[in-house]
This record gives sequence, structure tokens and C-alpha cells, in this order.
Amino acid sequence: MTATTPLWEVFIRPRNGLAHKHVGSLHAADEVMALQSARDVYTRRGEGNSIWVVPSAAITASDPDQTAENFEPTADKIYRHPTFYEIPDDVGHM
Amino acid sequence: MYSQGLIGADGRTEETPEFLARFQQRIDAEEKIEPKDEMPEGYRRTLVRQIGQHAHSEIVGMLPEGNWITRAPSLRRKAALLAKVQDEGGHGLYLYSAAETLGVSREEMTEELLSGKAKYSSIFNYPTLNWADMGTIGWLVDGAAIMNQIPLCRCSFGPYARAMIRVCKEESFHQRQGYEIVMTLAQGTPGQKAMAQDSLNRWWWPSLMMFGPHDADSQHSDQSMAWKIKRFTNDELRQKFIDATVPQAEYLGLALPDPDLKWNEEKGGYDHGPIDWDEFWRVVKGHGPMARDRIKARKKAWEDGAWVREAALAHAEKRRARKIAAE
Amino acid sequence: MAEFEALLEIADDHLILGHRISEWCGHAPMLEEDLALPNMGLDLIGTARTLYDHAGKLEGKGRSEDDLAYLRDEREYRNCLLVERPNEDFAHTMLRQFYFAAFMRPYWLAALDSTDETVRGVAGKAEKEMAYHIRHAGEWVIRMGDGTDESAARMRDAVEALHIYVDELFDSSDAAQEAEAAGVLPLRDALRTTWDRTVAEVFAEALLAQPEAAYAQRGGRQGIHNETLGHLLAEMQVVHRAHPGARW
Repeated sequence: MTATTPLWEVFIRPRNGLAHKHVGSLHAADEVMALQSARDVYTRRGEGNSIWVVPSAAITASDPDQTAENFEPTADKIYRHPTFYEIPDDVGHM
Repeated sequence: MYSQGLIGADGRTEETPEFLARFQQRIDAEEKIEPKDEMPEGYRRTLVRQIGQHAHSEIVGMLPEGNWITRAPSLRRKAALLAKVQDEGGHGLYLYSAAETLGVSREEMTEELLSGKAKYSSIFNYPTLNWADMGTIGWLVDGAAIMNQIPLCRCSFGPYARAMIRVCKEESFHQRQGYEIVMTLAQGTPGQKAMAQDSLNRWWWPSLMMFGPHDADSQHSDQSMAWKIKRFTNDELRQKFIDATVPQAEYLGLALPDPDLKWNEEKGGYDHGPIDWDEFWRVVKGHGPMARDRIKARKKAWEDGAWVREAALAHAEKRRARKIAAE
Repeated sequence: MAEFEALLEIADDHLILGHRISEWCGHAPMLEEDLALPNMGLDLIGTARTLYDHAGKLEGKGRSEDDLAYLRDEREYRNCLLVERPNEDFAHTMLRQFYFAAFMRPYWLAALDSTDETVRGVAGKAEKEMAYHIRHAGEWVIRMGDGTDESAARMRDAVEALHIYVDELFDSSDAAQEAEAAGVLPLRDALRTTWDRTVAEVFAEALLAQPEAAYAQRGGRQGIHNETLGHLLAEMQVVHRAHPGARW
């Protein structure tokens, strides 16, 4: 019987001013080792200056079966976009 | 960086024609498939198998080159080789992670490798016998792998494609590192040049075999192509590799060990002599010269490391308990 | 040539330990450590290369980093005994790394004031690397010390086995003393308090006790090594020496 070492998701901020971005995952027994492993695995070529690690089990994800009901209803709300409104060119950039 | 033409994937699947047609439509529209999306069982199985084989290849691939880290003949080469073998470990890790999104754990995959059930690229069942092998592996084996892997960056399965983009980015130094080693030897003393030629003689044919059987003999290849897990056939990739490599060998003044190798004006590529498929299948089936040693080494690392992994888990449990007690 | 010799001592420490660490690559207890260990090895080998290069220039006989690394025998190697100790198991390896880094971090911090510009440059880079090695190896010492019964027993074995090599870290050879007096290198014995504190903090969490004082082994700085170093060098140097004068 093999004990399973938990899975973590790794997020890296490439530099200040940008958001942390998901880069991959790894296994670690606890959060301290997860952070160190993230540093050793995912920042070997200067990929960033800040790391987040999150237990994969802690992520709640939307259901792909609900993709349509979640995301399609916004498609016809075109009045949320600036190009919906007509402003004469003479007014200048707005 | 070491995929090889997929061996023995089973693309059979039992969904309704309507479901399969809908899925195929998404693939044809170049939509990426993500882990929780519905997908045919055969698609899932093929991917688990292929990504697993690919990951195992990276991990086993650390051994033949790891064999020379402690003997690298200059400190510059030592550092580069150590970094390269480390990269291979990283690539294995990214790939295991991609496979894990399909619900199979790294532990399960590791156990399949150690039990001999899972395959890995047969190239690593050949021994590394001189320093030039470090150059030849980088130049030819990584070179062949890159041919295989660049199209995988566009694979229809999102996590695999993303892992491969990262792998290919990191990989770019490996082949150059290898070619530079061979070049230094080819321009070196007679002893060094002989070492390089000997190495090339041993690795050329196994490198060509890395692309897998001829298209006519490649089972399940059509299904993988249709699902866009695979984008070029084995023979197409092999031809590309040969055409790219022949001039590189000529530049070094080294001879490729194939008397039948010659330019074919009509097809705009090189013709090559017959590949020894008996040897290929022998090695794939686990009778390569180093097959037992490779698995033994991985088993030893896994078993010797068990107490360390258990200690880390036990300590994590204690930390959790202390934290709860303190709250 | 006191500075040359003193730099060679530190360069040898880094190369030999880097080499030992590199022996793990592909054989670590988990894939994540197959990446972490080479990172540490590469830090050490990188520092060794800069120091050899600088030492060779100071010596002025045209010896390159590779001449110094590959063409000296064990009697000419000047590393301390701790770094040449075999890997044994993960407990020994991590404790050895932790002990060394706990010494080198304050060493490089003090060397930021060196009168030698190259040494200052190395110090600026290496003190950060050693800070990370202390953290990574230290966290493992804690996990193994306070993990399972087996890991705790192995960790205690490692402490027992390695502590006789600790005192030598704080010795300064004649060459080192000259370099220290000239302000090139920091005083080694001044670092004991910091080392003791670093180790005590981790040992407290690891539930490990510092063993009773025992007879300390010394001799590396005079080229009196354990038998294990000769084998390490034989392996490391074999290809280089088989082709005299070749470029690689």
C-alpha cells in the first residue's frame, strides 16, 4: 500500500504588476515543502518573483455540464460592451 | 524530452455514434479538450497511456545520462549535464501532472513502471559507454524527441499541450548542448574523434527507431491522428529528422553508419537503409541491454525513498494536529 | 601564495560537496527532490568554478579551473572532511548540507567586506544560495527528525556520524590565517556562535539533541582525507586524465 503525497497547484507572478498565473502542479506533504518544491521545480529560469501554492483538493471548479447555462446567457448582452453605443466621430475618443 | 511513437495504445471506444461525432466536431474545430470535459473512453485511455509513457521515458531517461555526471571531463560540462538531467526530471514531473488531471495518480503510474507493465522509450535501454554519448544523446536523441514533441504542443488535450509547451521551451538548450559536445570531440584529438564516431555508430539506428514502427505497421495511429493527439505519422517525422541531421553530421566530419543513405532529388529528402525492426521489438518488449538495470535503479530509488516520503507525511500530520490544538 | 591556497580550500569544499550532491540526480526519494538536489549541486559547483578561476589567476602559473579540479590528487585536495563524507541516505545527505550551509551563510555574509573584489562578488551570490540551502535542508532535518520512528532513528545516526567533522569547519589553516589577517577572508572561528544558533533552532524542532563532545576529526586542509575521497576523485577525473591536453 503506497501512501499518497498530496497534490498542490502552483501559481507564479512573473514580475510585480502582473497577476499570479497557474503554471502546473506538484506533490508535497505540507505547505512549506510545497512552496520550496515550487521554487525548485518552476522557477529555475527566472520565471517569477512570487509563488502561491494551493492544495488541489481545495479548489472548487465549475461543472463542464453547466458550461452552457453558466456562460452562454451573456452572449446576447451586447449593451455591456462599449461598441454597442454610437457616438459621432466628431466627439472624439471616448 | 523523450516521447517515442506510442506503443500499443488501445483507442477502442464504445460510445454512441452521435456522441463520437459531436466529440469529433470539437476536435476538428481545433477546440482543446480539458480534463473534466466529456470525452470518449478510448481518447482518455490513449492519453493516460501516452502521457504516462512519455513521463516514464523522462524519468528513466535521467539514468543513462546521470551515469556520466560524476565523470564529466570539465566543470562547465558537469554543470550543464547536471542541469540537463534535472530538466528531464522536471519534464517527467510536468507530464505526470498532466496525466493526473485524468484521474490517475503519480503513485499508480510509478507502480506500473516499476512492475514492468508500463512502457517507456526503448532508447534508454541502451548503455552509455563513453563521454561522447552525452553529446550524441543530446544531439540525436533529444533531436528526435524534439521532432516528436513540437507537434504535441498542439495536441487536442489541453493539459498535455500546455506541459509540452513548457517542455519544448526548456528543451531548446539540450540539443545544442549535445551538438557542442560532439563538435568539440570531432575537432579534438584522434582519441576524442574516435570516441565521437563510436558513439554515433551506436546511437544512430536506435534514434531512428524512436519514431516508432513504419506507418503501415503502426496500429491505432489513425485514431490518434483523427483525435489530434498525434499530428504527423511516424515516417513523416523520421524523414524530417534524417533530413535535418545528415548535414549536421557532415559538418562534423563524422560518418553516419548507413551505407544506403543518399539524397533523393525526386522526393527532396534522404533515402535510408532498412531499419532492424526485430531489434526494435526486442527492445520494446523489454530485452534491451539495460532494461533490467534501469527498472532496478528506479525501484531502488522508490523503495529506498519510501521512509523519507512516509516521514514527510507523518510530520505533516503532526503539524496539522498541533495547529488544531493551538486554535 | 597564501590567498591562492586559502581560496583553493573553499573551492574544494564546494566542488566535493557539489559532486556528492550530484550523485543523487535520478535517485532521489521523490521527483521533487530530483530537482531540488541538483539546484543545490549547481550552486556549489558554480561557486567552486569562480573560486578556482580566481585562485588560478592569483597563482599566475596559467592553471585553469579544470587544471585545478582534475589534475590534483587526494593529497593535494584541501577540502574539509565533512563534505567528502558519502551520501549514505537522505538523512546523512541533508544533515551534511545543513551543517555546511549553516557555516557558509555567515561566512559569505562576513566576506561581503573582503578586500578582494572577486571574493565579494562570490559572497554576494553565495550567501543567498546558502540561506536557501539552510532552509531546504533544515526543513528536511525537521521532517525526518520529527517524522516516523524510522526516520528519527536515521536522523540520530546521521547526527552521530557527522558531528565529529563539524569542528574542522571552524579551523583556519596557516594559509587561511594569512588571508584572514589580510582581510581577504573572514575569521572562521568567529562563526561558531551563529552556527550553533542555526543548528540549535532546527534541532529543537527536529527533536534532535546535539551529541556529547567527541574527538573531532581533522586533516582535510593538510590533504589528510578519509579513504573515500580518492574514489570520488578517481571517478571524477578519469575521462579528463585519460586524454592529456584535450579540450572538452
